[in-house]
Amino acid sequence: MSNQTEIDTIPITVDFSGGLEMLFSNRRRHAVSLPAIDGAGKPANIAFLIDYLCKNLMKDPRTDLFVLDNHIRPGILVLINDADWELEGEEAYEIQPRDNILFVSTLHGG
Amino acid sequence: MVSTLCAACKTERAYIKRPKNHAKLCKTCFISVFEDEVHHTITSSHLFYPGEKVAIGASGGKDSTVLASVLKTLNERHGYGLDLVLLSIDEGIKGYRDDSLETVKRNAVQYNMPLKVVSYEELYDWTMDQVVETIGKKGNCTYCGVFRRQALDRGAKKLGIKHVVTGHNADDIAETVLMNLLRGDLARLSRSTSIVTGDNRSEVKRSKPLKYSYEKEIVLYAYHKGLDYFSTECIYSPEAFRGGPRSLIKQLERVRPSAILDIVRSGEDMARLIPGDSPSSCACKGQTSAPIAADEDDIGGCGSQGGRTSDKRMAAIEKQLRENEAHEALEIDVAKVKSGSSVGERDKQIDLPLRNGSGLARGAPRQVLGTCVRCGYMSSQAICQACMLLENLNKNRAQIQI
Ligand SMILES: [Zn+2]
Ligand SMILES: [Zn+2]
Repeated sequence: MSNQTEIDTIPITVDFSGGLEMLFSNRRRHAVSLPAIDGAGKPANIAFLIDYLCKNLMKDPRTDLFVLDNHIRPGILVLINDADWELEGEEAYEIQPRDNILFVSTLHGG
Repeated sequence: MVSTLCAACKTERAYIKRPKNHAKLCKTCFISVFEDEVHHTITSSHLFYPGEKVAIGASGGKDSTVLASVLKTLNERHGYGLDLVLLSIDEGIKGYRDDSLETVKRNAVQYNMPLKVVSYEELYDWTMDQVVETIGKKGNCTYCGVFRRQALDRGAKKLGIKHVVTGHNADDIAETVLMNLLRGDLARLSRSTSIVTGDNRSEVKRSKPLKYSYEKEIVLYAYHKGLDYFSTECIYSPEAFRGGPRSLIKQLERVRPSAILDIVRSGEDMARLIPGDSPSSCACKGQTSAPIAADEDDIGGCGSQGGRTSDKRMAAIEKQLRENEAHEALEIDVAKVKSGSSVGERDKQIDLPLRNGSGLARGAPRQVLGTCVRCGYMSSQAICQACMLLENLNKNRAQIQI
């Protein structure tokens, strides 16, 4: 019993800025314990994190402001430990313990 | 994953991948190349002269905050000799503008620049909260956009300043190019691609030093420099980016990031084919000074930046344009009187440009500017847009009071 409920998690911090805070309880920084493996038994990557955030962290019903067609909405930048996710493999990047993932919108305000 | 080294210094780790050319840069090299490119835009288009007083249209948002920071940096680094002032508009939107004005006030301290705030209330006797109370949320962005243009100019005049810079970025310009193409509005297409608008007949000129800067890089610049900006949506046009040309631009960028600058450049090239226009271009492509476009309403609409347009807003703007067309006969009459020309704007636009030695067609000024008979503000019509909208509002207020 205890073996089955005990899922390995990865401690990370997730930040939202540029207006995305409003979708996540108006808070910029969230400490997240991300399941280490996804539903298919593969190591957790950014694609899994995005899905996890939509299902578990976002209280706002307007998920299309964050995700469009199952991918991060164009115009939202993703930084992995300050580096552009395009340098890190984008959705395929495998999450490491204590990673900081920042989602920053370029779409809000001027 | 092995981290990549910066393509410029080849010593630090790369943190940024540039959308325009895929260059991978470290934070320091990115900040300096971003600033260098804005400097290049400024010098190659001769945007400023030494000792010039310049007002930065500051909303507290990312674009104008980055513009203020970069201009301060470049002014000191390259000795532009500019006298920089922050100029903010208080539209009178409780819970939105009063918060963003706090950001501008902090920026004024951080950048050690004087701040001037002008309000719709003092200029028009209407706050946007009152406008929305009267006309509802539909179309209010049109009012806000028209009022803001004049407000910036009038604020600048109060300060004795003849040059206002705004934070319009490459994404804004690309969006406007697409919108004007979709509408077939060539005159506006050419105005919107110019780096400088307004001319010696108008009292205040405007320019967009960030017109070649990607929105992505503006946000990354603000992030890596730790700039303080405000990013809440206007409560009267929330989520203006859902759908419409803005979304299209962002999706194109995702597929091929250089698409944004390609659209800006194509817009400039198309504008060059419109008679009587000399659109802006980098001096490296052969022009020696910043060409100037007549400017009454270059980038329509709302948002602190003014570039963004949703489908709903596009509909509102279309409606506004149709209303303007109703006044067009009047406009042409005014133009005849002012210029002695017998050719209306329509006729000029139908003529194909003649290719001459320089490859540019130079005709008569495409749009003839006069001044509004009510408020004296420059206008191509007898009564300027702001005065027309005010008349509408005041009628409504009178009816409510009766
Ligand atoms: Zn470097
Ligand atoms: Zn007027």
